[in-house]
Amino acid sequence: MSEQALLGLADDELVLGWRDSEWTGIAPLLEEDVAFSSIAQNEIGHARAVYELLAGADGDADALAFDRKPEEYRCAPLVELHLLEWAHTIARRWLYEVADEIRITALKDDSDSAVAGLAAKIDREEAYHRMHAEMWHDRLRDEPRFRKAVEELWPYAVGMLPEELRPELAVRTGLDLPSNTVLQGRQRGSHTEELAPLWEEMTMVRRSAPAGAQW
Amino acid sequence: MVGEAEVWEALEEIPDPEIPVVSLVDLGVIRSVDVSNGHVRIEFTPTFLGCPALEVMKRAMEEKIPGAEVRVIQDDSWSTDRITPAGREKLRAAGLAPPAPREASAPKLVQLQANVFRCPYCGSTKTRLENIFGPTPCRSLRYCESCHQPFEQFKTI
Repeated sequence: MSEQALLGLADDELVLGWRDSEWTGIAPLLEEDVAFSSIAQNEIGHARAVYELLAGADGDADALAFDRKPEEYRCAPLVELHLLEWAHTIARRWLYEVADEIRITALKDDSDSAVAGLAAKIDREEAYHRMHAEMWHDRLRDEPRFRKAVEELWPYAVGMLPEELRPELAVRTGLDLPSNTVLQGRQRGSHTEELAPLWEEMTMVRRSAPAGAQW
Repeated sequence: MVGEAEVWEALEEIPDPEIPVVSLVDLGVIRSVDVSNGHVRIEFTPTFLGCPALEVMKRAMEEKIPGAEVRVIQDDSWSTDRITPAGREKLRAAGLAPPAPREASAPKLVQLQANVFRCPYCGSTKTRLENIFGPTPCRSLRYCESCHQPFEQFKTI
């Protein structure tokens, strides 16, 4: 897989981890407060591992994670959306996990053994995120509010994957692939207006203490 | 001059920062120890990638064995199956149910919901899943219907 594609994976996990952590302390159920916090921690851990792989032994993974400008990030618009509403949040988690499983499965066969090995490790942890997403999907699938959220976010989920992996996503979710017009602005390569404020907050410590913050 | 056996002994004295009843050796995170020409090289495989204990473990190894080179291996070689029998027993005695063996395919929700996980306090398998996630990435939360005790279950990966 290309470095740009790996960077896309790391940026997705970092930004979604950030978004998921926004539920810490305010999730509608205590159990979900714990779940979202733990999932966020895992996703950011995956991002870190991929940044470290890309940076190499002597490189700086933090620089890769935090020193780029918002427009230089390779994350998909799906993960950028600021969704403090439960139906949309669960719809995104479900769509993301289905798409991510397709991507990670492909990566496990990567010709670079370091990439394939890390993908296999990430996959083991993601299995628990998938269970969580499936559990909620099974519970909410017939709720109109949830269906509407899935429909709204579906083009964004498609835009997360390269074209060759999209048909499989359509099969797994049972949804029809949207037209190119609908996908415009919702695919990787584009960014939403919601990324810049997230970036401001996420990189604040790094920018205010370039030599490294001391706690 | 330090030998490999001494390095393993030293590593056995380093507790897991979050579950201090088990050592790094009990946890199976030390993949190899190599000593050549006085140079100590330790290959270390993280448990969960987002676990904040990893940095603490790495620093503890470098402090305990000065001059040691600790290489972090980020592949699929660590599994909860690598926790030693002694480590599993220490977990159970501390009220943390040891992980079920890893299977060929990824664990499924129905398996976690099944009545096969044993309560570390009373031994009953009449336990139910409360939350897939817990206070750290490696744990789920369960509740024992027999002794009415909530407990933490080590996740299988």
